[in-house]
Amino acid sequence: MNITLNGAAFVTDCADLAALVDARGLDSSSLVIEHNRQVIKQDDWANTPVREGDTIELLNFVGGG
Amino acid sequence: MDNLKEKVKEDKLVLGHKAFTSRLLTGTGKFASKALIAPMLEASGSEMITVALRRVDPDAPAQDNILAQIPDTVTLLPNTSGARTAEEAVRIARIAREAGCGEFIKIEVITDMQFLLPDNNETLRATEILAKEGFVVLPYMMPDITVARQFHDAGAAAVMPLGSPIGSNRGLEMREMIQRIIDFSRIPVIVDAGIGRPSQAAEAMEMGADAVLVNTAIATAKDPAMAGRAFAMAVEAGRMAYRAGMAGQKAAAEASSPLTGFLREA
Repeated sequence: MNITLNGAAFVTDCADLAALVDARGLDSSSLVIEHNRQVIKQDDWANTPVREGDTIELLNFVGGG
Repeated sequence: MDNLKEKVKEDKLVLGHKAFTSRLLTGTGKFASKALIAPMLEASGSEMITVALRRVDPDAPAQDNILAQIPDTVTLLPNTSGARTAEEAVRIARIAREAGCGEFIKIEVITDMQFLLPDNNETLRATEILAKEGFVVLPYMMPDITVARQFHDAGAAAVMPLGSPIGSNRGLEMREMIQRIIDFSRIPVIVDAGIGRPSQAAEAMEMGADAVLVNTAIATAKDPAMAGRAFAMAVEAGRMAYRAGMAGQKAAAEASSPLTGFLREA
């Protein structure tokens, strides 16, 4: 299915956010996910389905002033 | 002496619902290694530190978990850097709070990419929205006395006028404007950006600033922990000088020793 991932078109067959994180090989400890403008807590990643047309942001905190 | 110690101890910086002993806010940007941050915090005694929110690069998942470097005793101050509009700043602030970073937010809205000067209009709009949502809002601003009043009315917990452009180490180029804001402000004034040396931090505090935020000068020093300590001492000295009530300058000399009783012929 086609989604928008971090502002760019992206094709995925991951069924939920947890699968998407695994497929990208991301370190989940520091990851913040915004799913259709809603922040999803880590406990809910596995039960948040990824659907056609979703907008997903994979974010983290970095150094800044 | 005990009386003096007591006076210093009870002098707190209050932002929102929280009281801070240290008046040196620090930032996590530009450190050569993340491992330098915790020792800097310990050496400086800084109790509040900024972090930024960014997209993870999906193709280069080497992540920079800055939060793991910051002890629980230090308050996080997420910034909205990267925002070009009030709406973008509001979105970043909400994400940071949802992600567990607490209520504090430094609003930074910048459209001028050459000098990185803040957009006061957009920053004010974001402040109005976020203060209503219960955030402790610290807006980074161009020193403007009218806008500083508007930030107060919008519910900001403090104002953060810039000393000089971000990362420039040029000190208090905006000195006169900042002094006017300090003189009338009913909320704390935190001088943010451009402070490059401890003497400049001390100068801001002597003027009556409530705190300073220093990132670049500490992070890019060869020894950030030592630089952090130097800034902390300067901030403390400047604060004490302000509270002591220093005498003003005089055009002519005024002898420190008595002008009578000299050992000489009449």
